[in-house]
Amino acid sequence: MGLKAIIANSKDNVATAISNIVKKEKVSMNLEDDIVEIVSNQDIPFGHKMSLKDIKKGDDVIKYGEVIGMATQDINRGDYVHIHNVESKRGRGDLTK
Amino acid sequence: MKIMGYRRENGKIGIRNHVVILPTSVCSSETAVRISRNVEGSIALPHQHGCCQVGADHDQTVRTLIGLGSNPNVAKVLVVGLGCEGAEPTYVADEIRKTGKTVETITIQQCGGTLKTIEKGTRIARDMVQSVANIPREEVDMDEIVLGIECGGTDTTSGIAANPAVGVSSDILIKKGGTAMLSETTELIGAEHILAKRAVNREVAEKLIEIVDRTEKRAMSLGVDIRGSQPTPGNIEGGVITIEEKSLGCIYKAGSAPIQGVLEYAECPKGKGFYVMDTPGQDIESITGMLAGGAQIIIFTTGRGTPTGSPIAPVIKITGNSNTYNNMIDNMDINAGKIIDEQVSIEDLGKEIFEEMVKVCNGKITKAEALKHREFGIYKIAPTF
Repeated sequence: MGLKAIIANSKDNVATAISNIVKKEKVSMNLEDDIVEIVSNQDIPFGHKMSLKDIKKGDDVIKYGEVIGMATQDINRGDYVHIHNVESKRGRGDLTK
Repeated sequence: MKIMGYRRENGKIGIRNHVVILPTSVCSSETAVRISRNVEGSIALPHQHGCCQVGADHDQTVRTLIGLGSNPNVAKVLVVGLGCEGAEPTYVADEIRKTGKTVETITIQQCGGTLKTIEKGTRIARDMVQSVANIPREEVDMDEIVLGIECGGTDTTSGIAANPAVGVSSDILIKKGGTAMLSETTELIGAEHILAKRAVNREVAEKLIEIVDRTEKRAMSLGVDIRGSQPTPGNIEGGVITIEEKSLGCIYKAGSAPIQGVLEYAECPKGKGFYVMDTPGQDIESITGMLAGGAQIIIFTTGRGTPTGSPIAPVIKITGNSNTYNNMIDNMDINAGKIIDEQVSIEDLGKEIFEEMVKVCNGKITKAEALKHREFGIYKIAPTF
């Protein structure tokens, strides 16, 4: 069976789904030369992200080996990672009010 | 590497042979459109600017109009002014004329109103179109090509497939002596530190950081949550959740070449190689800036799918999402989704994009051109007064 998610960089704590993933599905992906398997905690649509590790509220979310935002709540390994639990840290005029 | 193009009076190379009807203000835009409707083979560039603008905005509009008329894809230009606007028609025409191409100017006030302007403009445009029709393509070097790289309607496949493949094709062009430019400063927020490392010197690196800082501060000073526009609702539905993620995916379009300089909106590169232009993330305004900066061809990646074209340069549409390719087959030229579905390598797909670019330079019509997608818009910084 083919890979269902992609890890862009070995430093990442999230992966990108390349097909629709359903809850409790065992998802295989390449991490450098190894294959890791993570069970999804929720449904994750094509193109959306899944957590590779436990991420604490306030911690950086990493993709492409770089910071893409901050966790707004605790995220567990296998969780669906989207705008409900991550927010941008940049260009936020609303935060200076 | 050789392609078949049009050699202009100043030595620049066009890959299209347009006659442009160029209004200098919003007030003459409708009249310019009516003239172009009368004359097959002419294209009007209607816009909302050119009057009651001050400082940097006035300069930017005038620079953009001059740059558009000077683009090597444009063979001849008819400047249509109202006659009392801030962007002076005669000045714009004189600056374009420095490229050596034929430029004529008419104003609505001097012609005696809309109908007389349309009549006079139609005759001029008709003569221009007839006179450029027989200009032959000749063998020219591809190192004269300036490629504009754009992305719009992004989803997460853009960062995984389409953008890295475009980066490969951009690197190929630069190795052959050509020029490419990345734009959309908003979509560098969160990735500027990576790009800055590729700058040829400290001055270029600092300017790159500065344009991103300027854009971010503009959002901050307005007290707005940039998430209201970046990423867009469609980006989020496609899996992109923050501007940082969007930016990091975006910069794959830039390949790996050193960054020679950072250009103001509508500014032409001073040499060859890779450049960054300061434009907004809004696709149409961004592409217009690159056209005014001399880009003859645009590569446009889109995960969600957008029909956007451009009035004076062919736009090659590439998606990294096979669903989008099939859903919008009317608009998409290349499917980079093969990288995800069929394990085609990014290198091979990059070569396919470059080969398509060569064909389009030689005259192949892109889908956006065939469908007459001519979206156009000049970027404005501040309010008008």
